[in-house]
Amino acid sequence: MTDWPVLSAVTFMPLVGVLLLLLTREDSAYGRRNILNVSLLTTIFTFAVSVYIWYQFDSSNPGFQMIEKHEWLGTGISYHLGIDGISMLFVVLSAFLMPFCVLASWLSIEKRLKAYMIAFLVLETFMIGVFVSLDIVLFYVFFEAGLIPMFLIIGVWGGKDRVYASYKFFLYTLLGSVLMLLAIMAMYWQAGTTDITQLLAYNFPRQMQTWLWLAFFASFAVKMPMWPVHTWLPDAHVQAPTAGSVILAGVLLKLGGYGFLRFSLPMFPLASDYFAPFVFTLSVVAIIYTSLVALMQTDIKKLIAYSSVAHMGYVTMGIFAANVQGVQGAIFQMLSHGIVSGALFLCVGVVYDRLHTREIAAYGGLVNNMPKYAVAFMVFTMANVGLPGTSSFVGEVLTLVGAFRANTWVALFATSGVILSAAYALWLYRRVVFGALEKESLKSLLDLSAREKAILYPLVILTIFFGVYPAPIFDATAASVDLLVNNYSAALQAAQNVALSVQ
Amino acid sequence: MTAETLLASLQLSIPELILAVGAMALLMIGVFSGEKSASTVTGLAVALLIIAGLWLVLKTGEGAAYNGAFLSDPFAKFMKVLALIGSITALVMTVGHARSAQIDRFEFPVLLVLATLGMLLMISANDLISLYLSLELQSLALYVVAAINRDSIRSTEAGLKYFVLGALSSGMLLYGMSLIYGFTGHTGFTEIAAALTAEGRSLGLIFGLVFVLAGLAFKISAVPFHMWTPDVYEGAPTPVTAFFAAAPKVAAMAILVRIVINAFEPVVADWQQIIVFISIASMLLGSFAAIGQKNIKRLMAYSSIGHMGYALVGLAAGSMAGVRGVLLYMLIYMVMTLGTFACILAMRRKEGENVENVDDLAGLSQTNPFMATVLTVLMFSLAGIPPMAGFFGKYFVFMAAIEAQLYALAIIGVLASVVGAYYYLRVIKVMWFDDAKGEFARTAGELRLVFGLSGLFVLGYVLIGGPLGNAAEVAARTFF
Repeated sequence: MTDWPVLSAVTFMPLVGVLLLLLTREDSAYGRRNILNVSLLTTIFTFAVSVYIWYQFDSSNPGFQMIEKHEWLGTGISYHLGIDGISMLFVVLSAFLMPFCVLASWLSIEKRLKAYMIAFLVLETFMIGVFVSLDIVLFYVFFEAGLIPMFLIIGVWGGKDRVYASYKFFLYTLLGSVLMLLAIMAMYWQAGTTDITQLLAYNFPRQMQTWLWLAFFASFAVKMPMWPVHTWLPDAHVQAPTAGSVILAGVLLKLGGYGFLRFSLPMFPLASDYFAPFVFTLSVVAIIYTSLVALMQTDIKKLIAYSSVAHMGYVTMGIFAANVQGVQGAIFQMLSHGIVSGALFLCVGVVYDRLHTREIAAYGGLVNNMPKYAVAFMVFTMANVGLPGTSSFVGEVLTLVGAFRANTWVALFATSGVILSAAYALWLYRRVVFGALEKESLKSLLDLSAREKAILYPLVILTIFFGVYPAPIFDATAASVDLLVNNYSAALQAAQNVALSVQ
Repeated sequence: MTAETLLASLQLSIPELILAVGAMALLMIGVFSGEKSASTVTGLAVALLIIAGLWLVLKTGEGAAYNGAFLSDPFAKFMKVLALIGSITALVMTVGHARSAQIDRFEFPVLLVLATLGMLLMISANDLISLYLSLELQSLALYVVAAINRDSIRSTEAGLKYFVLGALSSGMLLYGMSLIYGFTGHTGFTEIAAALTAEGRSLGLIFGLVFVLAGLAFKISAVPFHMWTPDVYEGAPTPVTAFFAAAPKVAAMAILVRIVINAFEPVVADWQQIIVFISIASMLLGSFAAIGQKNIKRLMAYSSIGHMGYALVGLAAGSMAGVRGVLLYMLIYMVMTLGTFACILAMRRKEGENVENVDDLAGLSQTNPFMATVLTVLMFSLAGIPPMAGFFGKYFVFMAAIEAQLYALAIIGVLASVVGAYYYLRVIKVMWFDDAKGEFARTAGELRLVFGLSGLFVLGYVLIGGPLGNAAEVAARTFF
């Protein structure tokens, strides 16, 4: 075991980068270079530490590891960090995507670069903090705090309607979260602690579980986002700068799924079971409806945003199937979607930097002068479809298997979403990449630069690698997921026994 | 009263005595050395307040004085320190602005010291009579201060409005007190509590309670007695508004807590519903009415109405956790407000005129990144977004409300805070998303110090919250 506070280190390391950035000046090309280098190095170091965590992680232990615990604020709230198989890989994912965000912003951010990088590094701290918190108030603090930098990123560096999008993003998510805050307080008075490890062991009364579940659902469903509270996402995605979209799709959407896995399912098993059909319905609607909506989009980013909502539908379906396949698949799907949708937004960023438009109609025939780009984009499109051999396939199949065990009809409808996703993704690819190169504005476009290759190629490799060999991820999550699912079934069984003995 | 008890009483009230005697001395200095002495008197007034504060923290014991009319207990100490910090900061902020705001008269610091004296006495008041006298001492000084810029129509209008409505509320308070005295036969809080029982309460007493609460609600500007706030905030010179928004609210909230928890503890069900109503109304009005405001001082007025509503959420719970929440809320509220007003004072164009519209902040993040960052932090904190201090303030009061099972109050409260977030975001939006229209003049050092410290406190609360929470806990234990 490690004897230094490695989780605190990975959480707050980006803030060290922020301090260094405060010392730089951005009024010269040289200063700009410094800012970029400091940011890149900070994010790479953070990623290195997160890989070290993965390396040190004992995957046979289903409980929490690398625990750090200190008194905080003197009111029963503690500064309590730790990871288990469910949260560990999300830490790695968050840290992994950040260097790509820095690289993607290398040239495209022309104004106020320093503030931009500071916002991103602060956001990284908050995101990692969410996944390593083992105190529910600490979790909430990180969960909500992430809104601040994202609000500024969308609002300052976003597109034309950035003000509307940033307000909508902020207020929508805040509205969902405040109810969760009240639920957290109610849990404190009921169980007498805010410590997640103790709350996991506490049996909440059935009636109370229902209310608490709904309050948490309000927050996580918005964050996820689930249909019908997904409308903030397309706006936010379209207006955010490329790196903002990557983080939004890659990590922030996963906070909702992580919340379901960490709180809703294990802490309120009876309510989860009771509401599972409701979640299935919303998931299926999300998968089918948003896929159809995606078909009709004329804006590339909006299309990918809607496809994200559809893919998150598989995640919620898998989680509430509450069996090993469903939950494993949901975690895998979230990680894979983090890579694939992040990469898709980076692909959009590549052409957006050249042409400054996201209209699908403005493109066509890019394969002729950008062959390398076309290949990379194709891999990610196929991954978005869920083609076997890509990482998405593994996640989607597992969630479908999980859903099939829970409810055949749900699996049936959800599978039709796979066909629809093929329709919109392939159609998008055809319109952007294939066809004759007729538009004058496109003829002079250059293929990927060295920097863009450095961004896209590693993601291509990972997408295929995890599609062919997903074992490293399942090894890490298996023990914790087994524990989660077993506890869940045991809780349901116990409740049933009580009900029977009463009769 | 024997000589010993008088001596003991005097010893317990030395900070107040320092201020009372000191204010007279300052008045003399001012009168004898004429108009030019304004800055000297201001400096001396700050020194006087600091000495009183130090004496309070280091030397003052605990106990009842003057036959129980005056209490020195941990709760009083906590609130007095807050009120003193508020007064000192407000006074420091006037230094650079006295001339332009037409308040460079030696009377101004003297009146502020007298108002502070009133607040300290009020916080310690344990008797209806001492409560009323100290409240009037504070209010009379404040009426004059609101109208101190007598050449400005807006300032005199603000003063007059404040006076007329204030006099009305004092009348209600006095009427309520007379009813309470009539139906219980006592004026001391402790005696009133002893004479009351939940079953045996009379209708007349409830009337008295309602009138007293109405009078005090006026002082903390809670709905429906808030009408004066936006006009007075806007009309009074900005340094005066900064003072109004901080210390007097703390003092009035303190006496409100003391009177309901101490004197009316037996009839908790009666006052609780009144406080719940006032709280909900204040939170909702504070959130919705601020949306349309263009003037940042008016915006802050509605914001303070809303914040009093949140603080009252803790009081409505009526528990130990609730009072603790109120104390922390007032502390955090005061720091945020002072910091925000320091920023507002720094909104001065290069040509020398002060501006007060939200739109004047446009592009501040580019022209003055430091101030923009601090104001952004303060706005997020006022909106209650973690990890800023404002979140923890709200956290503790809502925590108490949930414990007391006031679910409707808590749900309405958090939803109102989302609405409130909208207008705080607007200020941030103007600073960060809009393009700069013009630059502000160089910010005075003392203002930078005030808003810098305030921003540091708000950000650093996650680190220093433990000791502050413990101090509030000790103070709240006074009643339980």
